Amino acid sequence: MLEAIVFYTLATFILGFGVMVVTTKNPVHCVLFLVANFLCVAMIYVLLAAEFLAVIQILVYAGGIVVLYLFVVMLVNLRRPPDAQIDTRRQARVGFVLAALLLAEISAILMYSAVHPSSVATIAPQVASGGNTETVGMLLYTDYLVPFEVASMLLLVAMVGAIVLARREA
Amino acid sequence: MMPITPYHYLVLAAALFAIGLVGVMVRRNIIIVLMSIELMLNAVNINLAAFSYQLHDAAGQVFAIFIVAVAAAEAAVGLGIILAFFRNKETVNIDDMNIMRW
Amino acid sequence: MDYIWLIPLVPAAGAALNGLLGIRWFGRALAGALACAAVAVALGLSIWAFVGLVALPPDARVHDVVLAAWIPAIPLETAADIGMFSVNWTARLDPLAAIMLLVVTGVGFLIHVYATAYMLDEPRGGYARFFCYLNLFCFFMLVLVLAGNLLVLFVGWEGVGLCSYLLIGFWYEKNSAADAGKKAFLVNRIGDWGFLLGIFLVFFTFGSLDFREMATAVAAMPRERTGFGVLSAICILLFAGAAGKSAQIPLHIWLPDAMEGPMPASALIHAATMVTAGVYMVARNAVLFDHAPLVMQIVAVVGVLTALMAATIGLVQNDIKRVLAYSTVSQIGYMFLATGVGAFTAAVFHLMTHAFFKALLFLGCGSVIHAMAGQQDMQCMGGLRKYMPVTFSTMLIGAFAIAGIPPLSGFFSKDEILYRAFIGNRILWGIATATALLTALYMFRLMTLTFSGGYRGPQGSPLASPAAVAEAALHGARHPHDAHAHGEADRENHEVTHGPADLLREDHARPGPSEGSPAITGPLMALAVGVIVVGFFGMPEALGGTNAIERFLTPSFAGSAGVLTGHADAALSRVAALGLMLCSTLVSVAGILLARHVYLRNPEWPRQLAARWHGMYTFLLNKYYLDELYSATVVRGTIAAARGLFAFDRRVVDGAVGALRWLTLLASWLSHMFDKHVLDGLVKLVGWTAGRASFVVRRLQTGLVQNYALVIVLGLFAFLTVFLFAR
Repeated sequence: MLEAIVFYTLATFILGFGVMVVTTKNPVHCVLFLVANFLCVAMIYVLLAAEFLAVIQILVYAGGIVVLYLFVVMLVNLRRPPDAQIDTRRQARVGFVLAALLLAEISAILMYSAVHPSSVATIAPQVASGGNTETVGMLLYTDYLVPFEVASMLLLVAMVGAIVLARREA
Repeated sequence: MMPITPYHYLVLAAALFAIGLVGVMVRRNIIIVLMSIELMLNAVNINLAAFSYQLHDAAGQVFAIFIVAVAAAEAAVGLGIILAFFRNKETVNIDDMNIMRW
Repeated sequence: MDYIWLIPLVPAAGAALNGLLGIRWFGRALAGALACAAVAVALGLSIWAFVGLVALPPDARVHDVVLAAWIPAIPLETAADIGMFSVNWTARLDPLAAIMLLVVTGVGFLIHVYATAYMLDEPRGGYARFFCYLNLFCFFMLVLVLAGNLLVLFVGWEGVGLCSYLLIGFWYEKNSAADAGKKAFLVNRIGDWGFLLGIFLVFFTFGSLDFREMATAVAAMPRERTGFGVLSAICILLFAGAAGKSAQIPLHIWLPDAMEGPMPASALIHAATMVTAGVYMVARNAVLFDHAPLVMQIVAVVGVLTALMAATIGLVQNDIKRVLAYSTVSQIGYMFLATGVGAFTAAVFHLMTHAFFKALLFLGCGSVIHAMAGQQDMQCMGGLRKYMPVTFSTMLIGAFAIAGIPPLSGFFSKDEILYRAFIGNRILWGIATATALLTALYMFRLMTLTFSGGYRGPQGSPLASPAAVAEAALHGARHPHDAHAHGEADRENHEVTHGPADLLREDHARPGPSEGSPAITGPLMALAVGVIVVGFFGMPEALGGTNAIERFLTPSFAGSAGVLTGHADAALSRVAALGLMLCSTLVSVAGILLARHVYLRNPEWPRQLAARWHGMYTFLLNKYYLDELYSATVVRGTIAAARGLFAFDRRVVDGAVGALRWLTLLASWLSHMFDKHVLDGLVKLVGWTAGRASFVVRRLQTGLVQNYALVIVLGLFAFLTVFLFAR
């Protein structure tokens, strides 16, 4: 019962902040709504017994990436932001309709699946034994060691690339 | 009230994904478009965490962590590109970025 | 006797050395010595082989040496079945080959020695070239003689033909010499065509080309007394080859022209050895010819007619060398007469004696011409006896021999032939005896005009007067054969073509003609001894001799014993044989006396006779007009045929080609039009369509990233829709 209350509350916040991110005109406000959204998602992770992931979400997303966005928004300080005037493009309306259709479709699929549950969906939820962080760490450094190292290389390359792209011409 | 099943999480993720999709397709500020992409990535992460929880398999969380890493890289490079573009064109309007046309 | 294959190879080595190195680097002495040494070694080996052969019992006197397989066995169809065509390089020594070996190497060696002195006026390179050719000739002639089968014989046959061509045209700067060489070669081709066909027919009939296997096969077949069967066909074809090589009617016309060559070459090739190769070849195939009596008759008739005709022509020629050339043709006619009546041993015996006395006569004649500075017209000679006694005496021996005066070699061999002819056919004997009279007549005409009477040549130094050359030309010496012939007047030309003439050499400076060096007189004397001695080997039993030659040679003609024994049964009594000898001797003596009487005592007679029988005289002088006849028929016919074919070529073939060309042009024009309008149109259509289509489609590419995202989502939506409804 408590879980349901928490879930629906969080869901409401997540979707609400998401809508605010997409609709707000001021980019700085957008970023702030994004942070709030990320924090709510982190709580969802806790609800799903993924504590480590929740911490990562807060540290990396809310703490790192969003700060990056904030910096860029500050740097790109426009007198006339692109969304200042009313959007008259056909693109916008079509996109909106298309997204709604897609949502409806996925929802339909999920409804169908719920009504006709497959074997996967019938497994009862259980709390993982032992610490979540330990389990994830064991996986990361044993089975997924190579993808982990590749991800580190990706981050290094992205870092170098970002520096090269962003620095002023000497 | 009915108990919370994985489907609830999945529906939540789908809705968040749809919101991000609208942002990608509608907004003209490219920074906000990138933020919308982050929303979509979060929706995917919720899916992964939900299945991980359902299947008692931490591998889903591992993949979520990878997605976070890739998102960080994407944000860094994407924002770097935006900065470079802005220096040249003095704009972040996505409609002005059309020189890849025939 | 296993070394007999070396006999041809030694001269071949000499020829190779002289040809490859000598022409460029050897001096005259070295080149001449090398060539003489090569032939001397061959002569030594031949004598050794001969001695070895004589030591064997008569029935075992045959020795084969197979050097290598030339053509390995190839299955070929023959008349009977599929035969294996295989040819080996076989050297076969038997009595016939042994005799020929001795003749070729012996006479060849003396002529080589003679040539070292005779050719001294040649420039150094030409000297070596000459000896290279001579040695090469010896090589091929020895290959021919030693051949164990028809094909190897043919190799030697063609090889000597080649050398003959090279030596006739030795002074190739002279048109007449080059033409004579070509003529000899072409006329021989006609004969060789028959010879080759004969070889093919031999293989087709017997399945083998080996002489012994052929003889065995032939011996098993019946003699073609009445019909003209395959054996007769083979024989007539082979005889065509022999007639070409040995200058018999109707292919004799090349031999007189062959006198354009240097004198030693004429002596060796066109008198002593090569021209008798035809006789040798017929004798080699004695068994085969023996089984074709009709062809034997043809051979005999052709031989005797050739003998008579050549003798009559020789009677009126003024060129000393040509007289001897016709004499050669005539004597070879005798040999063919002998083979034609089945007297193969007599033919070979005459071949042998003829080689000696004719070589002697040619060399003596060369000595005379040498002394006369190239003058060949007998009417400009005379009285040379006192200038050149050695030449005169040796030539006299030779002349007596050819005329048939006992006890010289020519008497024995010619008498043997007449004896056989008398047994075979009285008409043939009559013609042959008349020819013997003519022979004595023309030979002593030559001797008398040359050596007796007064000297009619230019006085003093023969080279000093251009008038002498002019006079010689006036008297019909149309061909200045030797280097000397150019004389002082033509000295510049001579030097252009032959190098420094060296006209002021010591022996030329002496007044009047004179004897040559020992290298010239030596071979003359040696040959004279040979002429005297050789005949005694064939002394007939009627005179108390043993006729060693005949007994020695008989094993070589073993299969043809039918002819010999058949006639031996009908052999005449000793008295009749002696009577025949006496008769022929009397005829010869009559001819000699007539010649002396006419040409020495009454020099006006010939001119009066020529005036009275003018038609006859010019007919003979022009050699029966045979050259003219051939050039009017064969040569002109060939040219006409060539013209006709040329016209056909130009009108019909070229027309067809031209039509083809037009067709090709038309086709290519059509193709071009098709390409230009249809194919190019299609290609352009494709391009135009693509352009039009892209003009529409390119609007899809906006370059706006959100449009692309829209499309991606559209695709996702479509995919999910399909996914949803496909479940």
